[in-house]
Amino acid sequence: MNQVVKQEDQQAHPREYQEVDKSMKLSLGPILYFWPKQDVYNFYAEVAELPLDTVYLGETVCSKRRELKLSDWLGLAQELSQCGKKVVLSTLALLEAESELKMLRRICQNGDLMVEANDIAAVQLLSQQGIPFVTGPSINVYNLPVLKQLYSSGMRRWVMPVEIGAQTLEDLLQQAAADGGLPELETEVFAYGCLPLAYAARCFTARFKNLPKDNCNFCCIEYPDGIAMKSQEEDSLFIINGVQTLSGEHYNLENELQRMRQIGVNLVRLSPQREGMAEVIQRFSERLDGALSARIPLLNQSQCNGYWYAQPGMKWVD
Amino acid sequence: MELVCPAGSYPALKAAVDNGASAVYFGFKDATNARHFAGLNFDRRKAEKGIDYARSHGVKVLCAVNTYPQPSGWKAWQGAVDMAADMGVDALIAADMGVLGYASDTHSALNLHLSVQGSATNYEALAYYHQQFGIKRAVLPRVLSLAQVEHLAQHSPVELEVFAFGSLCIMVEGRCYLSSYITDESPNTCGACSPAKAVRWQETAAGLESRLNDVLIDRYQADEKAGYPTLCKGRFEVEGSIYHAMEEPTSLNTLNLIPELKRMGIKALKIEGRQRSPAYVAKVVRIWREALDTAARNPDHFDINPEWNNGLLELSEGSTTTIGAYHRSWQ
Repeated sequence: MNQVVKQEDQQAHPREYQEVDKSMKLSLGPILYFWPKQDVYNFYAEVAELPLDTVYLGETVCSKRRELKLSDWLGLAQELSQCGKKVVLSTLALLEAESELKMLRRICQNGDLMVEANDIAAVQLLSQQGIPFVTGPSINVYNLPVLKQLYSSGMRRWVMPVEIGAQTLEDLLQQAAADGGLPELETEVFAYGCLPLAYAARCFTARFKNLPKDNCNFCCIEYPDGIAMKSQEEDSLFIINGVQTLSGEHYNLENELQRMRQIGVNLVRLSPQREGMAEVIQRFSERLDGALSARIPLLNQSQCNGYWYAQPGMKWVD
Repeated sequence: MELVCPAGSYPALKAAVDNGASAVYFGFKDATNARHFAGLNFDRRKAEKGIDYARSHGVKVLCAVNTYPQPSGWKAWQGAVDMAADMGVDALIAADMGVLGYASDTHSALNLHLSVQGSATNYEALAYYHQQFGIKRAVLPRVLSLAQVEHLAQHSPVELEVFAFGSLCIMVEGRCYLSSYITDESPNTCGACSPAKAVRWQETAAGLESRLNDVLIDRYQADEKAGYPTLCKGRFEVEGSIYHAMEEPTSLNTLNLIPELKRMGIKALKIEGRQRSPAYVAKVVRIWREALDTAARNPDHFDINPEWNNGLLELSEGSTTTIGAYHRSWQ
């Protein structure tokens, strides 16, 4: 009965509803591209002042990208923490070599910062140490038993796999609420940027440059936005980013924030891009506060939101 | 080493058994497995018939329930696990932790293999699946180099199965959404990569075109052999060049790695291709059986019969083969 009264209240007093809504916050995902060290520092110096709750730091795509060492990332984490940001260390999605596991162990044993697991190896290491963690978008969570399994291993926040839509997320979170066994679980949704779609054995940037992967000259650094891959009819399809393939269109869920609140999303992830990130963050922040802010132009990028509507990811649904 | 062979239909299962499979793997007629194609796979009656046939020839039967159920589909996946257990398959091949957990809690006698769709590429991940669900075996994604496979074999808590022959996924299986980005169906959610419903072929003045949900994947000249429009094998434009930006249409063939894989302690070799015809399965399995028997007789001097590779080449995508990532000398 109480619940019904509450719902009526919310409809009658939209302002009160807004108050509750503010619990949904913005996060900045890890940089997916390979940028020169100074560009990385400049980028975080800019976003440090912006209305972000949580910032994810670290390399998730390729272990050969070493412009910043772990100590550099930890230094950045400290600076961002001093600016009031919650910092999470992100980890590699595709782990093959022993050297990569070694680095993963160092990150998981940092003793201070929360870690985002992007491979089950990280889940294993963190759960063995009894440390709570976040799972990133490359961990396959599609149903309640998996949420519960990972929760029992220490997951306290999950980033929804990008191909899942709103209805499935809602069903899942309703089941989780009914189950009651995941009281501290937070949900994060990838809401802006090129979507991470695949990881491969081969490096497509090196392939484009006719370089062997083993001797790639770290050529990804020449492409701070990745490289566009189009169909022979000039349709934008994918973005080449080393061993990772991203969506050609920018995913943009700025019109879906209200629905996310209703579903129970806690964090809205924005994925870094070199140009215009401050404007993206500002715009999402204003929309979270309820402003329409249609006058602030978003970057002139072609956009998609199909996955959210259980459509082909590349589509835009009005 | 076991030779694990595809059974997309009862005739294909029979072809695999008759030509020397050590084990066959199959799935049910729905989205619970990663080869969910019209006209393929087994209902209960056919599956029981297949199991009987395989068993009577001393061949093991593995059942793949290796996609990722969403909330609305959970019951169907549960039902598939129960049916496989009830029929007494030798192992269940699964990827989703919910499915693995359900199978290990409900059917403790059922052997569990981690599917390639489970994306385990390192021994820490394998340790998690082993400790949490008691998996006995894992099928490795086709992204590892031979040196990495060897390192993994030395540290793995479970026995390993690797892909030996067939279509080549260059992306880490279980973590590729290219198909759902273009068509709304992915291997994870629907058991389909580039689903047939979205494929269209068109003769045009510029050549034969293959399209996926209207997106042009490739355009073939008269002298070119056309291939199925799998996204990672399309010809796309990158900064003015049109080429196979991700991968040429090619098949994986590891025939010449047999002695090395055996030395590393790899337990089983997998032949891909539940979507292939019984005739294809028969030919591939026969060649691999002969090669494995030859290697077993004389492990130190494994001479490849050129006819084997020629035979496999004829059956390969684009009529070319590769040893894929296995050749990489370094990470």
